[in-house]
Amino acid sequence: MIKSVPTEFGITAPRKLGAVTGRSSRSGPFLWILPAGMCVILIFGYSIIDLVQQSFKYRGDWVGFENFSLVLTDPLFRIAIFHNFLLLFTVPILASLSFLCAVLLFETRKGMKFYRSAVFLPYILPIPVIGVVFGQLLQLNGALNSALRAMGFENLALDWLGDPGQALWTMSAIIIWKEVGFGTILILARLISLPLETIEAARIDGAGFFRLHLKVTLPQLKPVILFYIINEAIVMVSWVFNYVYVMTNGQGGPGNATVVSELYIYRSAFQNKSPELAATAALLLLLATLIFIIGFFKIQRNTNRGVFNE
Amino acid sequence: MSKKYTPIQKVGITSRQLILILITSMAAVPGYLMVTGSLKTQEEFLNSPWSLPLHPNFKGYSAAWNDQFPTWFRNSFFVTLLAVLITLVMAACAAWGFAHWKWKGRDTVLGILISLMVVPPVVLLIPLFTLGAKLGWISTFRMLILVYIGLMLPFSIYLLTNFFRAIPVSLTEAAEIDGASDFRTFRSVVLPLSGPPLITLTIVNLLWAWNELLLALVFLQSDDKKTLMVGITGFQSRYSLSIPTIMAGMTIATLPLFITYIFGQRYFITGLTAGSVKGE
Repeated sequence: MIKSVPTEFGITAPRKLGAVTGRSSRSGPFLWILPAGMCVILIFGYSIIDLVQQSFKYRGDWVGFENFSLVLTDPLFRIAIFHNFLLLFTVPILASLSFLCAVLLFETRKGMKFYRSAVFLPYILPIPVIGVVFGQLLQLNGALNSALRAMGFENLALDWLGDPGQALWTMSAIIIWKEVGFGTILILARLISLPLETIEAARIDGAGFFRLHLKVTLPQLKPVILFYIINEAIVMVSWVFNYVYVMTNGQGGPGNATVVSELYIYRSAFQNKSPELAATAALLLLLATLIFIIGFFKIQRNTNRGVFNE
Repeated sequence: MSKKYTPIQKVGITSRQLILILITSMAAVPGYLMVTGSLKTQEEFLNSPWSLPLHPNFKGYSAAWNDQFPTWFRNSFFVTLLAVLITLVMAACAAWGFAHWKWKGRDTVLGILISLMVVPPVVLLIPLFTLGAKLGWISTFRMLILVYIGLMLPFSIYLLTNFFRAIPVSLTEAAEIDGASDFRTFRSVVLPLSGPPLITLTIVNLLWAWNELLLALVFLQSDDKKTLMVGITGFQSRYSLSIPTIMAGMTIATLPLFITYIFGQRYFITGLTAGSVKGE
């Protein structure tokens, strides 16, 4: 069984450590926090301040918003952002598939543990490995196409990664393949910890499989599904570099068919040697992520009420 | 299981099982091709990629291992282990500071920390690279380890703070009445109670650091410093003519993770469901 989520301990615990105020402290909290705090401030605080500075400069000189207008009018940057936007369409697919898998696993008694491990396995595999293996699998004369041809689906044997019109969709399918395991486990964990009474009551009232899970289970799982949706939206906007880099040898090809914002930043900085433009694009990406962070934070508050706001 | 099912229910159960089997096999296909492909010859793989390796041979493995694999492995072990251990110590101390004392602004600081969990690494890449270049730390392990620690800390502190706060206050008070110092209370009361979350955190962080590509790619540029993930990314083009070698390399790279996952599955799942937002 999956153990209950640690964050929930805090809700049921009658007294919390932090609730004691005015304690005569002998060492005080700050010494304990100092090493970690300095490290976080160096990595995040310094970086973000430096990023803002760099994005207003060119070779050390202040240039105002010039970098921004350069980046925003760069056709490649627009293409990259558009690709990130297209990738967002995988999020609803991911959420529905994960919900379906979680419900199926929940309803299965025989072999549930085995299926659960199997569904989750793609999520722990390193992306470089996934990229390389799928790259081989999806060659024009690779394993998938030879299987499709053997079964008589000659028309379906596409050039999955070589066709510019196809490559991004192939990439999203691979991302779905990997990320669905995370959602399944997340939703399943919540599902198991739900009170059984409502589900049993609905069953006794004669609700079938679909009605039961759409009308009774789904509403109760809303917070965790929302959390997953926000999380995956962040992944699609700013964590897909690895897939693209590995599957296209760092080029975002064929052509520019799979260039995403992260690759744009990486290429501007390390291949085109213009760190200022990269910094500007990174700052824009951070601002975009910020929107999701706010949403994420709101959900955190709702689901963990009582842990952080006493 | 003496419960009787109606025919309709039986159809439902069977179809659900079938869907699960389908999903499972889809999840397993790349792994299957990887492992069987590593044991075949090039011709066997090209002629029948789906068949079982009837005459398994290990040439792919010896070829892959004789490349720079041992070096990459060592580098990855070193970086991952050190980064994860230091993070664990720092995060545990900081979480104790957050959980044990109530101070003004604590919840705000925790809130900021949580939101840092979703800042994409690529955003930090350029400033940190400039910093590394100024310090002369590019292509040194200490730079990458420092960055990894910084990136792992927010989630680690968050997870442990939640756990530490759930420890009944009577336990720590008892220790304090007996005259234990804060450090003593932390070490002898809090840490012994925190085995499961500490294991969870270690496993989640281990997998993250082991799999990380972008930062390792940028910060470790010299050939003898590459980590496994960076190494295998270039491995593909070098051995484009020998698929078994590529597949063998990928299998070797996956093995440590697979073992960690099998032994730590329970803890890993706990860690993820604790509100993790770790991507790759």
